[in-house]
Amino acid sequence: MELIKTENLTKKFGKFVAVDSISFSVNEGEIFAFLGPNGAGKTTTIRMLTTLLHPSGGKIKINGFNPLTEKDKVRHSFGIVFQDPSLDDELTAYENMEFHAVLYSLGKKIRKKRIEELLKFVELWERKNEQVKHFSGGMKRRLEIARGLLHHPKILFLDEPTLGLDPQTRNHMWQYVLKLNKSEGMTVFLTTHYLEEAEKVADRIAIIDNGKIVKLGTLQELKKATKTKSLEEAFLKITGRDIREEKASAKDNLRIRGKVFGRR
Amino acid sequence: MGIIYIMWLRQLKRYWRSKSRMMGALGMPILFLIALGFGFGAIYQKAGGGNYLEFLAPGIIAMSILFTSMLNGTEVIWDRQFGFLKETLVAPVSRIKIMIGRTLGGATVAFLQGILIFLISIILGFRVTNFSCIPLTLLFMFLIAVLFTALGTAIASKMEDMHAFPLIMNFLIMPLFFLSGALFPLDNLPKFMEVIVKINPLSYGVDGIRGALTNASHLGLFFDFIVLFVLTLIVSLIGSYLFSKIEV
Repeated sequence: MELIKTENLTKKFGKFVAVDSISFSVNEGEIFAFLGPNGAGKTTTIRMLTTLLHPSGGKIKINGFNPLTEKDKVRHSFGIVFQDPSLDDELTAYENMEFHAVLYSLGKKIRKKRIEELLKFVELWERKNEQVKHFSGGMKRRLEIARGLLHHPKILFLDEPTLGLDPQTRNHMWQYVLKLNKSEGMTVFLTTHYLEEAEKVADRIAIIDNGKIVKLGTLQELKKATKTKSLEEAFLKITGRDIREEKASAKDNLRIRGKVFGRR
Repeated sequence: MGIIYIMWLRQLKRYWRSKSRMMGALGMPILFLIALGFGFGAIYQKAGGGNYLEFLAPGIIAMSILFTSMLNGTEVIWDRQFGFLKETLVAPVSRIKIMIGRTLGGATVAFLQGILIFLISIILGFRVTNFSCIPLTLLFMFLIAVLFTALGTAIASKMEDMHAFPLIMNFLIMPLFFLSGALFPLDNLPKFMEVIVKINPLSYGVDGIRGALTNASHLGLFFDFIVLFVLTLIVSLIGSYLFSKIEV
């Protein structure tokens, strides 16, 4: 079954096309890596898939539901670890988890059991009553991953989940995600700049650049098509070696373009 | 545990845990009570107005609620900046419930802050002449708190970052306070001032609290209540609509 499906998905900010008519599908139980240089449209795509942003055109189906008309059903279907932090710093680790559990209407018993299970897994159980503002970057990341898994989502969106994590934590996180992927058949949609990670875990890889999917296939297919030996080489061959402008968000991007090209 | 309750609880926990913010918000009202209350007291008495502190305290209570609730409403922007807003917006719950919980939480905090100022003004010499009207006073205090928390949220829903906050402070919060009759009586005002004061929603809150506490209502308690109640409903509806349209 196709858990994520898009058809000609498009997002425009003014005249700037951030995501340009992309179509792809992700099967149940698959780990799907969505790679691309900075500003290629990865996060914009995730925001549209997760009901945070209205597409300008095209169709989306998540777990068979339409994010525009069946928002709540879509939202129940996925968990997400955002690119930037999204915890409440003033609350404790446990309170952040509890807050999430209430938002996803988990019963009291399940809530307690799962929070304990997950906090132990990310090794934060001993510090569950500390305010998150005292946590290091890595600890916050681990907490967010635990929180994203709390309601046992069918699909897990990971937007650069391992950014700023040490190799130990990265390893640990992947072990757990892979375990859930195997045992529960959880589908994973991943963006990352650590290509060796994608190489290790992804069943299929899509490479997006300038808002368009330029290649999609298994690791073997990508390497074969580009006649390269590693994903990194393939990636560079497909997207070129120029450094991209780093942009804060698509909206900033729009502003910059407006200043440079617009109002003369 | 419901969504509204957990949103409400979160606001209260945040308030309780940042004692510096709580103390900071007490500073200005206390300064006003002391500087104006005692500074102008003698002149006011001489002019035949009676005890100025008695007149001023309800205005300062309303002011502390106004400041705290607007600040709490605009906390949406902080949530946006620190990313927590995404966590609530991506969850399978109606945004109306999130908005209600948020507003009630922010309003409760502002209400508590108002009660603190109420107690402090009693310590400074404010005499409650009519104890049976305390519930009515609290009702007015709570209405102002809800109204301005909802207003703050509505404004913050359209703001991207904190840069516009000084604008709100200087062109909305300050005028609301100074032109509300919190500091001066509404009798014999120049015509244009009277018009401005009557447009200002805070005037009805100040007048309501003052009327309940000291039997000195200028606009009529029932009228105050109706105006505040209707405005609170309208602003909450607009706020809910704008909040439900947020994209992050």
